Amino acid sequence: MEFETVIGLEVHVELLTKSKVFCSCTTEFGGEVNTHCCPVCLGMPGVLPVLNKKAVEYAIKAALALNCEIPEFSKFDRKNYFYPDLPKAYQISQYDLPLARKGYIEIEVDGKPKRIGINRIHLEEDAGKLIHEEGKSYSLVDLNRTGVPLIEIVSEPDIRTPEEAWLYLNKLKTILQYIEVSDCKMEEGSLRCDTNISLRPKGSDKFGTKVELKNLGSFRAVRRSLEYEERRQREILEQGGVIVQETRRWDEARGITIPLRSKEEAHDYRYFPDPDLVPIVIDREWVEKLKSELPELPDAKKKRYMEEYGLPAYDAGVLTASKALANFFEECVSQYHDPKTVSNWVMSEMLGILNETGREVDEIPFKPEQLVKMLKMIDSGTISGKIAKEVFRDMFDTGKDPEAIVKEKGLTQISDEKELEKIAKKVIEENPKSVEDYKKGKEKALGFLVGQVMKETRGKANPQLVNKILKELLG
Amino acid sequence: MNLSELTIHEAHELLSKKEISSEELTKAVLDRIDKVEEDIKAFLTIDKERALEISKKVDKEGDFSNPLAGIPVAIKDNICTKDLKTTCASKILANFVPPYDATVCEKLKSEKAVIIGKTNMDEFAMGSSTENSGFFATRNPWDVDRVPGGSSGGSAAAVAADECIFALGSDTGGSIRQPASYCGVVGLKPTYGRVSRYGLVAYASSLDQIGPITKDVRDCAIVLNAIAGWDEKDSTSVNLPVPDFTKSLVEDVKGMKMGLPKEYLGEGIEPEVREAVLSAARVFENLGASVEEISLPHTEYALWAYYIIAPAEASSNLARYDGIRYGVRAKDSDDLIDLYKKTRSEGFGREVKRRIMLGTYALSSGYYDAYYLKAQKVRTLVKADFDRAFEKYDVIIAPTAPTPAFRIGEKTGDPLKMYMSDVCTIPVNMAGLPAISIPCGFSGGLPVGLQIIGKPFDEATVIRAAYTFEQATDFNTKKPAL
Ligand SMILES: [Zn+2]
Repeated sequence: MEFETVIGLEVHVELLTKSKVFCSCTTEFGGEVNTHCCPVCLGMPGVLPVLNKKAVEYAIKAALALNCEIPEFSKFDRKNYFYPDLPKAYQISQYDLPLARKGYIEIEVDGKPKRIGINRIHLEEDAGKLIHEEGKSYSLVDLNRTGVPLIEIVSEPDIRTPEEAWLYLNKLKTILQYIEVSDCKMEEGSLRCDTNISLRPKGSDKFGTKVELKNLGSFRAVRRSLEYEERRQREILEQGGVIVQETRRWDEARGITIPLRSKEEAHDYRYFPDPDLVPIVIDREWVEKLKSELPELPDAKKKRYMEEYGLPAYDAGVLTASKALANFFEECVSQYHDPKTVSNWVMSEMLGILNETGREVDEIPFKPEQLVKMLKMIDSGTISGKIAKEVFRDMFDTGKDPEAIVKEKGLTQISDEKELEKIAKKVIEENPKSVEDYKKGKEKALGFLVGQVMKETRGKANPQLVNKILKELLG
Repeated sequence: MNLSELTIHEAHELLSKKEISSEELTKAVLDRIDKVEEDIKAFLTIDKERALEISKKVDKEGDFSNPLAGIPVAIKDNICTKDLKTTCASKILANFVPPYDATVCEKLKSEKAVIIGKTNMDEFAMGSSTENSGFFATRNPWDVDRVPGGSSGGSAAAVAADECIFALGSDTGGSIRQPASYCGVVGLKPTYGRVSRYGLVAYASSLDQIGPITKDVRDCAIVLNAIAGWDEKDSTSVNLPVPDFTKSLVEDVKGMKMGLPKEYLGEGIEPEVREAVLSAARVFENLGASVEEISLPHTEYALWAYYIIAPAEASSNLARYDGIRYGVRAKDSDDLIDLYKKTRSEGFGREVKRRIMLGTYALSSGYYDAYYLKAQKVRTLVKADFDRAFEKYDVIIAPTAPTPAFRIGEKTGDPLKMYMSDVCTIPVNMAGLPAISIPCGFSGGLPVGLQIIGKPFDEATVIRAAYTFEQATDFNTKKPAL
């Protein structure tokens, strides 16, 4: 039997507000344990939460960028459960009236756009962290993170493959980074993802029994765990077995999913409206204002790159996948006539070095102007394209200006005809066989001779000139 | 006359004229505590040294322009006082010292009032007799074999016994008015949202409200002036202008329309209480007000809806007392769950546990609609009753409690009977309205309270009616013989 996979994603994203969602403590990551706290986020007796308007603003921005509807009326509810990282023993969250509903993210599957629905986005507070020390019979609690604003983005079960889940996450991250509401760093926990997956016979409109997956530390882990789980469930179903509804933990090292004790999921959260907070009434004008302030989003940018700069879809897609990269590219283009050349350099050389060194775009030690300067040096014949690659590498390592690098290292292109003629003659003398081949009509032999001249000049010779001179000498 | 018997305004006059000092007044109050506290047991903490120190400081500054400057006040022990133990009369918070002041305490301090101590109460304000204190019961100054009411029993008893000049209490279902009634003093529950709840340890957040307990209505207006107002730290406090309530201290109820709901005078109301309220109505009529019988048909459901909503909120509000970060932690637990269980089993008293269980049940999946949601609908109906009445009437008058103070131990075995003692006050909390209790008579030598209920944020009219009644009668001048 052929099966269809159905995947849903729940993504928690920490918002980049300066202060926490219900008190004025800093949201800064790190810091000495239990120093970013106050009576409110510590849940001391008698304290009350006060909603941070900025958190609502960021959540609405995210919702708008994800094409959601923003209802006029929303409220906060208490989600009750006991855990030491949750000082009040309830999390202030949203139950039946979330801030936003019914949005979507567009991804590209087999070259065609596909919309993945977003069921809801709600605002809530983050919990603290437990620190387990090896060999100790106790755990420690760090409440610095308690009360950092979070949005939970719940997808519709529209995802059909682990690859689509991966694309969805990447797109989500890109959009949220574009609008600067979250840095989406999975390694710092500012983006967290739980997934659920089920299989059903192809053509069926009923959902199969779903399994929830937790402990996903990276987008790669999301994809791998879904691939594993898809395989596991298919094998069970093919053998006539039944899927157990459960929560499973991804074991990154072993590459498998393991059932969590079912005890941990038997929660009745006893949601009820938080009587300490008044309902939120969202002003339409405010929403319109926020909408008008949204920056150009990745899809629109990609389209513009194709239309305005004439870039291929692939280039436009890569360049717009990160706001920082797109910004870098656009600054270069504003000072240089040929977007495609810039795109080539950014996509091959720049991304190559970034990947190799594991650095981020905002860690590039030079400015877009300096790349432009280098491109202009190629155009003017000051350096060859090949030398430029060496210069570029140097710019990365030292942050120095390309002119300074060329000068220091003596990399200026040799365009002096007399000097080149001297070298060409020497090369002809030393390679009679090739000369003979050329004269017999083997065009390839000329290429070899040009290469020899370049070698003699350590790449500094102007290749067009060398070509011309050799042809003249060989008659 | 002993200085501790003074009202705020009497003491203020003497302080302003420098005829007495705050230190003398504070000492007089502390002496009075020394003398009667053994019988009354109104206080959980007496902050003697600090109170004297502050009174001396106020004297030294010599500025008594504030009506509360240099006046000794007792604070209910569920209102946080910085660097002063705040236990909610619960073993689980026996060692809790807040690093912050409740907004009301901040305000009192800025007015230079002198906090002398923290008063006893039913644990976490759950009770109607102060017998549910995790430490000891408080006694009624009029008859030490009787309860002072609750949950603000310590505050009401302290005011009645002149162990302070005034006190703050909190009222969730009658916890200021009912003990004020039992102890023959004045107690006001402001409109929900009028006074900041920041620093009031929550019992039922949508019902709790802090208010004054005083020796007369004038004092009540003075204290309300000091504590009322919007607070950015409390999202449920309301940003409305606060009138000067002492301007309402006028003897005039001419043309005032008063409703007397028949549901508050029926079965379960002791005849002497009914008689006292009816004669109060005649007093008002003689003063030029009109009193008409009205009906608030959903009154009988209010109590039962309250016992869903309040415990539901409490079950969540009290979940934070887990022994992890502050308060008392049980010893020798095997694991986390065991730690929770032992701490909460040992730390909470019977009534608190009963309400946590009630509330947890009412919010559980499958029961939410049948209990919590239904109770909220009842609440809306109760409020609509009042809204309709207030279209026609300026205030509603009723008994504060169905009986005078009952005997210690009389109702401890029967929670339902105990709950009934708040039957006249609970609907007012459900509707979020302001209401005052003032002495209006005696039954078998025990004080009876008259409740005057007002429109939302119209404490001014409530105070005017109460003041006029007080000036026309002498019930508030009677003191218990201790
Ligand atoms: Zn904080």
